[in-house]
Amino acid sequence: MTQVLEPGTRETPPARATVTRRSRLTGGRVLHAYTWLVVAWLTLPVLIMVLFGFNDTPGRYNQTWEGFTLKWYGRVFELDELTRALVTSLLVALATMLLAGALGTGIGYALGRYRFRGSGALNLVMFAAISSPELVMGASLLTLFVSLGVGLGAVTITIAHVMFSISFVAVLVRARVLTLDRSIEEAAADLGANPWTTFWRITFPMILPAVGSGMMLAFALSIDDFVVTNFTAGTTTTFPLWIWGSTRVGLPPQVNVMGTLIFLAGVLIAVAASIRSRPRRRG
Amino acid sequence: MLRRRLAPYLLVLPGGLWLLLFFVVPMVTMLSLSLQEGDVVTGYVFTGHWQTYADAIVNYRTQLVRSLAYGAVTTLILIVLAFPVAYWIAFYAGRRKATYLFLLLLPFFVSFVLRTISWRQILTDDGMVLGPLKHLGLLSSSAHVLGTPAAVIGGLVYNFLPFMVLPIYVALERIDPRVVEAARDLYADPATAFRKVIFPLALPGVFAGVLMTFVPASSDYVNSAVLGSSSTTMIGQVIQSQYLTSSNYPTASALSFTLMAVLLIGVFAYARALGTEDVMKVAAR
Repeated sequence: MTQVLEPGTRETPPARATVTRRSRLTGGRVLHAYTWLVVAWLTLPVLIMVLFGFNDTPGRYNQTWEGFTLKWYGRVFELDELTRALVTSLLVALATMLLAGALGTGIGYALGRYRFRGSGALNLVMFAAISSPELVMGASLLTLFVSLGVGLGAVTITIAHVMFSISFVAVLVRARVLTLDRSIEEAAADLGANPWTTFWRITFPMILPAVGSGMMLAFALSIDDFVVTNFTAGTTTTFPLWIWGSTRVGLPPQVNVMGTLIFLAGVLIAVAASIRSRPRRRG
Repeated sequence: MLRRRLAPYLLVLPGGLWLLLFFVVPMVTMLSLSLQEGDVVTGYVFTGHWQTYADAIVNYRTQLVRSLAYGAVTTLILIVLAFPVAYWIAFYAGRRKATYLFLLLLPFFVSFVLRTISWRQILTDDGMVLGPLKHLGLLSSSAHVLGTPAAVIGGLVYNFLPFMVLPIYVALERIDPRVVEAARDLYADPATAFRKVIFPLALPGVFAGVLMTFVPASSDYVNSAVLGSSSTTMIGQVIQSQYLTSSNYPTASALSFTLMAVLLIGVFAYARALGTEDVMKVAAR
């Protein structure tokens, strides 16, 4: 699952002078090396994926290194079904992002700003939705759709993805709303702005970064989801489902190329977002 | 005035309804379906047939127990692996904290399924790890990793590591450095300070991490399907094939509900004892 970071929001704690310097240094060095080892281990499969996108393999069988080529980048959209699966994934993720963004923002704003009856139950449902096994969520949705006789496809996938994304957006937005300085809104009201204007001109721009990262998170959760999608897709195929389906017959190099491109796009967007949201230094 | 009082409800309504219709109602439907009898063609009738549960649990107890065992072993390994990473980032990384967290999450921009398949490529019998070792005679030529519990647990550990690092990191980050200083001033050596001050304060993070890794790891079926064999089948694979291949909905529902019940007892015990804030905060990072 891809997550969105909000870096630079915390101050570094003051240095601890009392810690013995030498033990701190050697201990720190060992831990530092260890951390990089873990990072390397986490990155290894990604490197393999990228590498085999450049593999000069004759066809579908992409297991052994045959030499360097760029041809798969030119032929990335050659497999119609795979391209269609990717397009479905992107469309579902886009719809999920917009819907979960809107619905989650509503919940998050209400939870952060108002005290109301039922908020405890809502919190509990959100907690359950975040911590339930995906398998069970997917399976239970399938039982619902089967008993309603609903046909499975892109719509049911989107419904499912919005369901598991709402809580994440809501939690992010609520956290942001709780940190807002209300005196700014009061000032706007004092200057004669009505509640509607105050919300759109003052409050909304202030919660926008959280809404943005929530929507990015929803997009990322949706495009990567396999388990829930597998249960709610019927005969529709998304990118992860297509990969899953072709594991037994061998993965064509185009999958590696698409994986690499999605990876790069995700990294670029995340880096751009973190640079934009970094608080500007004052003074 | 009326509008002000209604505002929170109007804001919550669409999303709340969505969660109700597509999260709560399906769980109830699944519970109900697990107590029905019949088949896809002739339809289902509610009979309150609890026997389905007994049969399902008896038939698939091996996979059920195996899943919980794999989940537990994965979680234990994760605590040991993740704690030092979280510790280093929280106390030593300084201004580069965000960079390190980003590096840890970087691989997650690649599809979960694709990453797991990539591991299969790495660990395959003549692949880049086993191949050279066999060539040098360090491993017998019949040695293999794929298909063993180690491969499945390794895949689970790999896929869920960030969900253990993040909550522990959040807990460690919150520790006031002055508390540690105070311990040192009172002549605690570094090990004692860690054992008596830092570790207890990090425990809520460890618990949140346990919840966020044990539940998905024990219900996962991608790792065991891609990296395992018939002797490592987990309950997720059984549920998946009962639903999507055999269309045996009552048994599949009963199994899902059993899994959910076992895990949810833990989840709600957690929520009662420690509150839901930590998990939600980390989940949304």
